[in-house]
Amino acid sequence: MEILLEPLEYEFFRHALLAALMIGALCGLIGVYVILRGMSYVGHGLSHAAFGGAVAGFFLNLNFYAGAGVMGLVAALLIDRITRSGKVKLDAAIGIVTTAMFAFGVAIISQARTSGLSFEAALFGNILGITHGDLVVIGSVTAVNIAAVILLYRPLLFSTFDNEAARVFGIRTGAVHLIFSLLLTLSVIASMNVVGVTMIAATLIAPAMTARMITDSFSRMLLYACLIGAVTGVAGMYLSYIFNVASGAAIVLFGALLFCLAGLAKLAQQKFALSVTLHRHGDLIHSHPHTEAHLESGKSAEDEGFGTPKPREPARKPL
Amino acid sequence: MSTRAISRLDPGDPGTKPAVSLTGVSAGYEHNVVFTRLSLDIHAGQFAGIVGPTGCGKTTLLKIILGTMPAFSGEVRVAGQAAATIRPGLVGYVPQLGSVDWSFPVTVEEVILMGLYTSGRVWPWPSREERRRVRDLAHRLGIHDCLRHHIVHTSGGQRQRAFLARALISNPRLVVLDEPTSGVDIKTQHEVLHLLGDINSEGITILLTTHDLNAVASHLPWVICFNNGIVAQGRPQDIFTADILTRTYGGDIVIVRHEGHFLIANNTPLRFKGDAQ
Repeated sequence: MEILLEPLEYEFFRHALLAALMIGALCGLIGVYVILRGMSYVGHGLSHAAFGGAVAGFFLNLNFYAGAGVMGLVAALLIDRITRSGKVKLDAAIGIVTTAMFAFGVAIISQARTSGLSFEAALFGNILGITHGDLVVIGSVTAVNIAAVILLYRPLLFSTFDNEAARVFGIRTGAVHLIFSLLLTLSVIASMNVVGVTMIAATLIAPAMTARMITDSFSRMLLYACLIGAVTGVAGMYLSYIFNVASGAAIVLFGALLFCLAGLAKLAQQKFALSVTLHRHGDLIHSHPHTEAHLESGKSAEDEGFGTPKPREPARKPL
Repeated sequence: MSTRAISRLDPGDPGTKPAVSLTGVSAGYEHNVVFTRLSLDIHAGQFAGIVGPTGCGKTTLLKIILGTMPAFSGEVRVAGQAAATIRPGLVGYVPQLGSVDWSFPVTVEEVILMGLYTSGRVWPWPSREERRRVRDLAHRLGIHDCLRHHIVHTSGGQRQRAFLARALISNPRLVVLDEPTSGVDIKTQHEVLHLLGDINSEGITILLTTHDLNAVASHLPWVICFNNGIVAQGRPQDIFTADILTRTYGGDIVIVRHEGHFLIANNTPLRFKGDAQ
């Protein structure tokens, strides 16, 4: 218990913990749409573009979020514009636009290296760097995203599931996609200082994928991904403090661990379900559920309505 | 279902305003004009099927009618409105099941509710009235038992009915279906087409595309043979002739008629490697 309470004495850790909690929930929420819309690589790309903007902004004496925000939004709009015609595919557009912007930032850093300038925190995340201003930005972005997801739940869900049909049914799918791209950009920019540019994609994807493993319902997946993301953020921050590793790496590794555990649990559940239903009738080995009534009559559920079943052993013999 | 009597051979009522009207429409893609100066009227209450070979422009024609693709030229009107500005809920659409992402985490109920997502309600959760409408429609279509099932855990017939329910839940005047008989067994095909016939008998215009000529011949009252333009249209017994189908599909089409039923087959012999030329 002490190991959990001790770091809370430090203000920087309380800030970092609160930031990671909000970022985890935010990325979990947005990540559900990211994976279902096939935009995993977009989150990765936007973080790189925003990094270029943050570096440029630093040299122009702009606020970190101003530089990253402008470049991130420009990247999101450019990608949307380039891919709208259908001639250039999404991954290709991301590869060109965001890598060029990242390269721009790298070029500036390589020039300024002599002055001792370091952007390591933006690349890998740093719990020491979370200020009160960061908390305000992260809190505002989280609130905006939650409000947008609630208000746009229906068009977002429909266009994510079946974009063409959504358009036929009267949903302005182009506007929905653009709004979602902007929400994603805001989330990525807000997460940069906590998770780091190189880790954001996994922070977006891991909680959503873990949630997908444990539910088939979209609304539950949103809720679970938020909770898993928040838990991952908090746990990752403690791990970062305890083992003195970059906060982004700790969050991503913990998220990956949860995903693996969920995967193993799912696998075990499937194996168990199969072991319950897999059985033998004479020489025939097969798998289907038997009800008590079927066991008594010697008929399987699949036999219903398909004529008289072949004579078979009345009781199930587990393998 | 309503018992309003519409003859299964009724081509709709030409006296009413057309449900779909295309006048001199040319459409296609860059460097590929699919059809030119196409004119077509689908009358209100009509139950029509579009048949034709793969790549003949059936899907392009549907996209033009649904307003998801602009025409190069000409006028497209659906229920008297320009296709691109159709009022939400006026047209129901059932996509090809092959294009659906079956791993997507939605239940049958959530799929049907999507048909009400442009009704103006903002909150994510459905209202009591919306739930009642879904339940009633699911009962009518025989899928009430699987409303809480994930879509992947349903049969081909249930899937088709779920998407049909999504198209019908907003009480549309026109339902467009893209190949509703593909990917399902012959019994399900029969059930789906019968169900569409019942829905049509309530006055809802049905327009579908299909590759299954035999199912069309036995279930649809009106057929449009299409191959980069209209080859012929009319009742199946009138236009399913060897000449028209050969012009539509190419190859050598054989039609066997027996006690009012059709059997349509391609008579072009298969050639295998090593066969004598």
